[in-house]
Amino acid sequence: MSEVVKKFMYLNRKAPYGTIYAWEALEVVLIGAAFDQDVSVMFIDDGVYQLTKGQDTKAIGMKNFSPTFRTLGDYEVKKIFVDRASLEARGLSQDDLVEIAWEDFETEEEIENIVEVIDSARVGELMNESDAIFSF
Amino acid sequence: MSILHTVNKSPFERNALESCLKFATDGSALLLFEDGVYAALKGTAVEPHVNDALARLKVYVLGPDLQARGFSAERIIEGVSVVDYAGFVDLAAENGKVQAWL
Amino acid sequence: MSDTIEVDGKQYGVDEEGYLANLNDWVPGIATVMAAQDNIELTDEHWDIINFLREYYEEYQIAPAVRVLTKAVGKKLGKDKGNSKYLYSLFPYGPAKQACRFAGLPKPTGCV
Repeated sequence: MSEVVKKFMYLNRKAPYGTIYAWEALEVVLIGAAFDQDVSVMFIDDGVYQLTKGQDTKAIGMKNFSPTFRTLGDYEVKKIFVDRASLEARGLSQDDLVEIAWEDFETEEEIENIVEVIDSARVGELMNESDAIFSF
Repeated sequence: MSILHTVNKSPFERNALESCLKFATDGSALLLFEDGVYAALKGTAVEPHVNDALARLKVYVLGPDLQARGFSAERIIEGVSVVDYAGFVDLAAENGKVQAWL
Repeated sequence: MSDTIEVDGKQYGVDEEGYLANLNDWVPGIATVMAAQDNIELTDEHWDIINFLREYYEEYQIAPAVRVLTKAVGKKLGKDKGNSKYLYSLFPYGPAKQACRFAGLPKPTGCV
């Protein structure tokens, strides 16, 4: 594509299941991936709960969209960030989060886990560097 | 008659739990469900408030909502009891009145 | 378009675009009937993709967009099949949209 590539950030601040924000955000990310932009997905505040391992929604009768995060790599989302302070305030660490792999189909370059835990200052910088922030 | 207080909002996003704990009188029951279950987890910034509450309230958490969010009973603060939907109904029936902190 | 599709004497609900209403209702005969309506006779090559899509949905809970499908098929079934020319030859109305419909999945996420 010949247009200028823009940096899009999807900013997630809501826990899954209690409200529809988390699922809607994920759908928008997947749809937006068709536009070949430089996409990053950021999880801060209660948004970090979206990535917890072992989610099982059978008993509450809702769709479990946790497995869908693992397709983000297939949708060429290469950057997923989690705010460390938000994790710590919730008694969580990276070990509690799902792993999302990424692979370049052409070069077969592989990254085992693109989920990166970063400091709040870095979150702010990345927001500044983005051309557009989509907030959920 | 005693009251069952229910909180279904995350303690990190809303002040529903905070208000509930301010107004609930000793001996009342508190049930955490939906996004409210995050308050029942060990090691969080709100754990001290829940521990204080446990000294004077009976605190319950809804198992199916915990499971949906990826947390097992081992992650729950000691003293908080896990209940299922039938347990929720029993609590409502036992207490007669339900105050939902939305 | 009618709101049901008849397969082996049983009625199955479909939405206004012809996608199966309930994913769990799916039986292979539904794919055969839907394909016949589109003038396609399903071959082993079609079934490879249909079964692949059902497995993909089972694992990730979404129907993949066409370019993700192409990539994933290439990874799983070989690069000779992981290209849009091959997939369009099997599913002329769009490999993701048409094949997902035959597979009983919802319309793919990210299809614009």
